[in-house]
Amino acid sequence: MFRPLEKGPRRRVSVRVDGRSVEMEEDANLAAALLEAGFSPFRTTPVSGAPREPYCMMGVCFDCLAVVDDVPNRQTCLETVRAGMTVAMQEGAATVRDVEAAS
Amino acid sequence: MSQRVDLAVLGSGPAGMAAAVAARRHGLSVALFDEQEGPGGQIYRGIESAEAGRTAILGPDYAAGRPLAAAFRASGATHHPRATVWRIGEDGLSWTSPDGGGEIEAGRVVVAGGAMERPFPVKGWTLPGVMTAGAAQILLKSAGRVADDAVFIGCGPLLALVATQYLKAGVRIRAILDTTQPRSGMAALGHLPAALAAPAALAKGIGMLARIAASQVKVFRRVEKVELLGEARLSAVRWRGPDGWHEIATERAFLHQGVIPNVNTTMAAGCRHVWDERQLSFRPETDDFGRTSLDWLLAAGDGAGIAGAKAAALSGALAGHAAAHDLGRLDAAGLETLARPLIRARRRELALRPFLDTLYRPAQAMRVPQDDDVVVCRCEEVLRGDVARAVAEGCPGPNQLKSFTRAGMGPCQGRLCGHTIVETIAALSGAEPEAVGYYRIRMPMKPVTVGDIVGPTILKEENHG
Ligand code: FES
Repeated sequence: MFRPLEKGPRRRVSVRVDGRSVEMEEDANLAAALLEAGFSPFRTTPVSGAPREPYCMMGVCFDCLAVVDDVPNRQTCLETVRAGMTVAMQEGAATVRDVEAAS
Repeated sequence: MSQRVDLAVLGSGPAGMAAAVAARRHGLSVALFDEQEGPGGQIYRGIESAEAGRTAILGPDYAAGRPLAAAFRASGATHHPRATVWRIGEDGLSWTSPDGGGEIEAGRVVVAGGAMERPFPVKGWTLPGVMTAGAAQILLKSAGRVADDAVFIGCGPLLALVATQYLKAGVRIRAILDTTQPRSGMAALGHLPAALAAPAALAKGIGMLARIAASQVKVFRRVEKVELLGEARLSAVRWRGPDGWHEIATERAFLHQGVIPNVNTTMAAGCRHVWDERQLSFRPETDDFGRTSLDWLLAAGDGAGIAGAKAAALSGALAGHAAAHDLGRLDAAGLETLARPLIRARRRELALRPFLDTLYRPAQAMRVPQDDDVVVCRCEEVLRGDVARAVAEGCPGPNQLKSFTRAGMGPCQGRLCGHTIVETIAALSGAEPEAVGYYRIRMPMKPVTVGDIVGPTILKEENHG
């Protein structure tokens, strides 16, 4: 489990994670906050349904994808925590292919 | 309505920031695009917001990003944070961000895409609980988050750096598995005289190793094979060393075996790339100023060849000045005067690379999986065995492999697996990586929604109508 090194002075806000309410530091990196909150897995793969969590934390691997504010395929390592945000695990992600097919 | 700038910069690491600052000195209008919230790139990630305690743990090299970020903020360049650039071309680029996006025309484009960690394709590397050492460091830099009892696996300065930072912060490390090849030290010795031109960097490396040696952390050397075990998530690491197989229970492993240029954008732009055998990676072919084979495109920083943060800032400045010159805003003599000390300083930084690249050259077995059941493309879960079958059926390169296996066709669009696929095909077919070639990257460079693509167009029509 990832834990905070220092108690930051930052404001904590409420985020809905898979239906439950979780307090997170405002403006924190979303993937980091989700890891700390024990959100697991972030998504399952479209091919075999295997669970995935952030691997690179820098926008390269796309393993941190989740449904953020009802939008699938958000790279949570590139998002920041905002009050009232909702996050849900992304299952299978046929939507990833939809996006690709549409583009 | 389409906007226009003299220079568009992609990436806000040291190279991108320095390019913007340099170009602004000559009065160029500059727009800089980056995926992160604040400037800094990966190396200086969170530089404007990191608490003092965290900055102390991260050390003076990290703090060095502060003045650069401040200079960038003061430069007058337009900063587009949280921006995803999904199209790049001679006529400019298209981007999207939570605050809207659009299209922008640019006289020149500097791509400062930075480095990414070399893939570490071993059994179980897709399991939750496994991440890169760079990811661990980003969690520390940008969020002040650490994990106790992780196993660090691999080789390279960053692995030692993160371990040292963890020790400094009082975080427990279960073990370090060192995959450095036993003979690379001898091979690297030949490059030592040149490396001595940068003694500070050498001393820093030795200091990190001393700190780890003085700690209680168990270090296992000459690790030649690694397997990450677990069902739904990581539960153990297994490895083979000189005295056979070992296993250790852990819920977290950090992998690292060096960094490679993040060539996705320059590949998408279509400039010429070369295979760098010493760095075992493709990089755009550039001159001292970062000019590529395309006259509108420059590449700077680690994205043009791994050389570190200091060299990146120097190459960014060179690219910024060159863009000003090439757009007729700086005469040849002016460029020459500005460039000479920068080129000299950059060559000094580069002097250390042959030594480091040779010392930390990742083992072939860690780059090219030997077992058929190892995942090579994480997105589409393509196995080494799938690639082997395709090559046996006559598949000559990564682009043809897409139709055989879907490798490189998932959401990351080959960003992560590119180099693994190239080297695996090369090893299987006996061809040189340069001949095997790289994925052709198509637009959009990042998965975007139809709305992102149509949005600005509709807006444009509305404005015209
Ligand atoms: S963790 Fe790799 S893209 Fe987010």
